[in-house]
Amino acid sequence: MKFALGDDQIAFRQTVRELLAKEATPGVVRAAWEAPPGELDRGVWNSLEAMGVLGVLVPEGDGGLGLDETFLVPILEEAGRVALPHPLVETAMVAAPLLGVGAGMVTTDLGGPLVPCAADADRLLLGWGHTLAAVDREVIELTPVLTVDRARRAALVTYDGTGEPLSDDAAVHALALDRGALGTAAVLVGLGQAMLDLTVGYVTERRQFGQPVGSFQAVKHHLADAALALEFARPAVWRAAWSVAQAEPTRARDVSMAKAMASDAAELVGRKALQCHGAIGYTVEADLHLYLKRTWALARTWGDSAHHTDRVADALGA
Amino acid sequence: MDLTWSTAEQAFRAEARDWLESNLAAWRDQHGGEPASGDTRVGFAQHLHWERRLFADGWAVVSWPEEHGGRGASLWEWLIFEEEYYRSGAPPRVTQNGVFLLAPSLFEFGTAAQQAGILRRMAAADDLWCQGWSEPNAGSDLASVSSKARRVDGGWVLDGQKTWTTRGAFCTHLFGLFRSDPESARHKGLTYLLVPLDAPGITVRGFGRLDGDEGFAEVFFDDAFLADDAVPGGVVLGHPEGGWAVAMATAGSERGLTLRSPGRFLATAERLLALARARGDAVLRRRAATAWMHADAYQQHTLGTVTRLAAGDKPGAEASLTKLWWSELDVELHAIALDLLGPEAELDGPWSKGWQFALSGPIYAGTNEIQRNIAAERLLGLPR
Repeated sequence: MKFALGDDQIAFRQTVRELLAKEATPGVVRAAWEAPPGELDRGVWNSLEAMGVLGVLVPEGDGGLGLDETFLVPILEEAGRVALPHPLVETAMVAAPLLGVGAGMVTTDLGGPLVPCAADADRLLLGWGHTLAAVDREVIELTPVLTVDRARRAALVTYDGTGEPLSDDAAVHALALDRGALGTAAVLVGLGQAMLDLTVGYVTERRQFGQPVGSFQAVKHHLADAALALEFARPAVWRAAWSVAQAEPTRARDVSMAKAMASDAAELVGRKALQCHGAIGYTVEADLHLYLKRTWALARTWGDSAHHTDRVADALGA
Repeated sequence: MDLTWSTAEQAFRAEARDWLESNLAAWRDQHGGEPASGDTRVGFAQHLHWERRLFADGWAVVSWPEEHGGRGASLWEWLIFEEEYYRSGAPPRVTQNGVFLLAPSLFEFGTAAQQAGILRRMAAADDLWCQGWSEPNAGSDLASVSSKARRVDGGWVLDGQKTWTTRGAFCTHLFGLFRSDPESARHKGLTYLLVPLDAPGITVRGFGRLDGDEGFAEVFFDDAFLADDAVPGGVVLGHPEGGWAVAMATAGSERGLTLRSPGRFLATAERLLALARARGDAVLRRRAATAWMHADAYQQHTLGTVTRLAAGDKPGAEASLTKLWWSELDVELHAIALDLLGPEAELDGPWSKGWQFALSGPIYAGTNEIQRNIAAERLLGLPR
């Protein structure tokens, strides 16, 4: 029994963290709010690809890193910490095991009808029933929509069903959904961590009544609750990564627990973070909203907390 | 990362499970059914029979060295034992305040003579230890302790009052903090003393907790004489005047994982799921599943904690988060049960009893408000 990341997992995460700190700044996220459909900047994406992040789950013989979800989940937490706008969960976690490396930037409608980065991706992984198909973006009709988090860059997708399906296997479909929920749970934990860190920094600097607002118990208690929720959601996500990697019989239950807890935790942290930021947090000038709005979106994609909690209840026979 | 148990650990689990099953049945037979609450006089005596059964077969203190009555089990095995213990429906440990709160400090600060003379008798439930920290005016603010210990020839003279002492009326010994330097303030000048409750000048009065059981006591010291040799190896734990550091080590274990392991809450969560299954309410079913997840997350979190401790780390301020989590979890589990029971919830029974006990969790071992302060200041680094 060892419930901790290994040295190689920590080292890999650190490398990605440093890359993202340089190349996925709040400025990059803000640029993703503004860029027209199809024109998402790929600078950081290309760096991640060069580092092998897109192919973590792809066997080495097929040009990937041949690693498993326990490596990718900590990376996706890092993506959450910078509110990376690019579809990393969709590409690296969901599509790569099906399409291998070299499929480019892939997005999908498996997480919900609003497809993120739909016009920016090279390919879309689309599902209906248990069928999955990988389709080039050019053959799909897209209707861009305005989302609260503009960096979601979402669109509704219309596809006429032409072309060869990738799979009709219900198990393949279910695993893709679980991978998406797991990856999104990891991103949510990262978003929560980012909002907590931002807020700790802010309440330490911000002074009212002649002292830092972070010295007041009311503020401390908000942030202790935020830290608490994250502290206990993260192990649930890591355990789910293990369960997916090992194809444990409890995989579906563990993934749903991870997504429900990560969604709840990140939303709680978001509320606490906004409250503790006060009025400055209630602006688009402070960076907090970049993370907050992503949290609202992701908490309800790939199944919301209630959906996943019911799935846990089903698995437990309650 | 490796979330599998070794063959040896699985064998340990099976052994514990078998022992618990057969001995619980035998213990219940001994008392003609389910024994009374361990926080009543009658029930406490019945629970001592259970403790002695555990000790006789080496299950009372699995993680202690064999010389002190344990079986030298690893932290992992301890965790497995706790899980099996509560899964089996075994009762709360009436010896817990000695075993889980005093013993860790004895192992860290006690002399060899103290360890040899105290630990084994504690494990065997020959000596029964209660905690003497809180006073009428020292609750969350433990450093305002005012009970006094005056040094005299051959011992100490104690004056003052302790209160909210769990099972104090049934115990034989008390461990507590006393102000030995009358000029001192706050956490300086405190001595950690080990006190037999039959010393002259000590009066113990039991009183009812919220659930009515005589689970609390107040302890009065009126010129009570505590001889230096009143317990084997001497009555001072650690250095005289250095009691605060010893007490804080104990506080760490009370808040951390030793007192309230995940197994206890997982067992309650399983009972809650069974209740939800029987009642069939969709909304409450979802809430029950959420509570189960919170219990299971505590288990996963604890696996991480034990991984770190097994690698040599010391428990730190994260213990405050752990205490917040399990105490609020216990309230959540029982609140849902009461909602599932509806009008039947007011009946005196296991769930209403458990509810009342759960409500003490956010208060004892340092209130949750204090824990939030600690978490914010020491983990997040917010200014004091």
